[in-house]
Amino acid sequence: MIAAPRLRRFRLSPEDWRNLRTALPFIAPWIIGFLAFTVYPIVYSLYLSFTNYSGFGDATAAGFDNYRHMAKDPLFWQSLSNTLYYAALAVPIGVVVAIALALMMNQNIREVAIYRAAFYLPSIIPLFALTFIFIVLLNPGFGLVDFLLERVGLPAVNWLGDARWTRLSVVLLAQLGAGGPALIFLAGLRAIPSELYESALLDGAGPIRRFQKITLPLITPVILFDLIYGTILGIQIFTPAYVLTGGTSGGGAYTAGPENSLLFYVYYLYKNAFQYSDMGYASAMAWVLFVISVLLALAIMRWSRYWVHYEAT
Amino acid sequence: MAVAPDIREAPPLAIAGQPNPRPWRRLRLPNSLGVRLGLIGASLLFLAPFYWMANSALKNIHELSAIPPTLYPHAPAFENFVRAVTYIPFGTFLLNSVILTTGVTVGAAISNPLIAYGFSRIKWPGRDFVFGIVLASIFLPFPVLIVALFDIFAKLHWIDTFLPIIVPAFFGNPFFIFLMRQFFLGLPNEISEQARIDGANEFQVFLHIIMPLAKPAVAVVVIFAAVQAWGEFLTPLLFLQDESKYPLSIGLQFYRQEHDVAYNLLMAASTLIVLPVVALFLAFQRFFIAGITVGAVKG
Repeated sequence: MIAAPRLRRFRLSPEDWRNLRTALPFIAPWIIGFLAFTVYPIVYSLYLSFTNYSGFGDATAAGFDNYRHMAKDPLFWQSLSNTLYYAALAVPIGVVVAIALALMMNQNIREVAIYRAAFYLPSIIPLFALTFIFIVLLNPGFGLVDFLLERVGLPAVNWLGDARWTRLSVVLLAQLGAGGPALIFLAGLRAIPSELYESALLDGAGPIRRFQKITLPLITPVILFDLIYGTILGIQIFTPAYVLTGGTSGGGAYTAGPENSLLFYVYYLYKNAFQYSDMGYASAMAWVLFVISVLLALAIMRWSRYWVHYEAT
Repeated sequence: MAVAPDIREAPPLAIAGQPNPRPWRRLRLPNSLGVRLGLIGASLLFLAPFYWMANSALKNIHELSAIPPTLYPHAPAFENFVRAVTYIPFGTFLLNSVILTTGVTVGAAISNPLIAYGFSRIKWPGRDFVFGIVLASIFLPFPVLIVALFDIFAKLHWIDTFLPIIVPAFFGNPFFIFLMRQFFLGLPNEISEQARIDGANEFQVFLHIIMPLAKPAVAVVVIFAAVQAWGEFLTPLLFLQDESKYPLSIGLQFYRQEHDVAYNLLMAASTLIVLPVVALFLAFQRFFIAGITVGAVKG
């Protein structure tokens, strides 16, 4: 029942109207929810970003003050650079780890389902719980990681106490979630016709060459999706930093890890809104985050033209 | 000569790929022993954190501070689990987590099939454009909304209730809408047509014809919604203030007292939080894999 291609019409036929009326009750929940919980908050925070507002009483007009303050706020810049540093490491590493896992999940081995489960399981474990586990795992005293490092003769690292390592610890933590994207890559691997590999084998191509010439080009659309989605998730990083630094209950109000190294963008936004009651400033930060996420997604899309492989005719 | 013509239409999101009917054989390394060792090593790497969690959960406070750490609990302290649930109001937090998870899951199970039906089984003008907006909203960072949402919920007097977390689930989630829609698109049109000819209205077609067939897809949504809600951190942190309302995700911080953390109890509690997820995964593995690799959902 595929409609034949026809010219776009601006007048709707009675049938169109009927279908529209039929469909509306079904999609109404989404329309209402989208307007109430997404569109309205975005517009409302744009308004708030031009005000002084503590969350109580009335918001007072503040012009561009919040944005001017942002430009001169060293903590804002630090939170932005911490976040970009984190995303710049976690996202590409995440893609590589996910592809590696997918290749391993795709091995023709009898008990492969067990390995697949082992790789995937950590990605559905609540992030806050993983973070608590990491606190114990990375502890210099009773942690497993430093114990193993010392066993093989490497120096122990103060993972969560040294500003040079804290963000890397969160990058490592994020890799435990690679099993999710790995399954998407696995679906991509399985969609590659096996004839391609067969003829490559006949041509005498080795595994590395086959990966380079067949596998990698054909999964570039999945890489693009994972890069964009991973970047959007990466710039939202919050929970691990909050849990690692003890959130509201531990540490001074202004610190977020050693030398503020875990002061990620959303963490600082959260602190401004809910610890310093500066909702206007936090709204301005929210809008800047919105713009950054759109720009990053567009930049990756544009860049992808050079490397995403669309089967040419 | 080998370029197969059938791979041309890469789906835009590339996760909607059709299941490949062929056996999946590629990149086989010559030595299956080496491959096995690699796979086992990588699996250990991904499971080690959970071993260390259980190991630390079973140590008493002296053994926990031993340097170097013991690789297994020499004197397993099972009473840690009892102490963990009495050290903090674990029961209250657990109940709150269960209520939140149930509410969100029920909301997801009702709203997403309904919405996805409207985006797949009925052809209306502008449908694909509007669905494009649904997909685009996946890429909107949620934290962009939190300040405004807090203020809106405060004005509704919803702060410190479960409403800000549960109610939005009744209005659909773009991922789940996408997933259900993929499933609905795969069902033949004739079954709906037949019911319509027999005089069923669209809602009856949805409820009596399509939904019974969609049980596996709804199961995927239910499982993912439950796992997500169980691990939800940011929204309860924002919208719940009274300790008696906290779910486990927020309540766990109370193992931290002043400058001391009861790490073994924290790990015992973490074990209790992780276990239901592991159990759910082991019981419904098929659905998890199907949910991620959308389009491969089969009855």
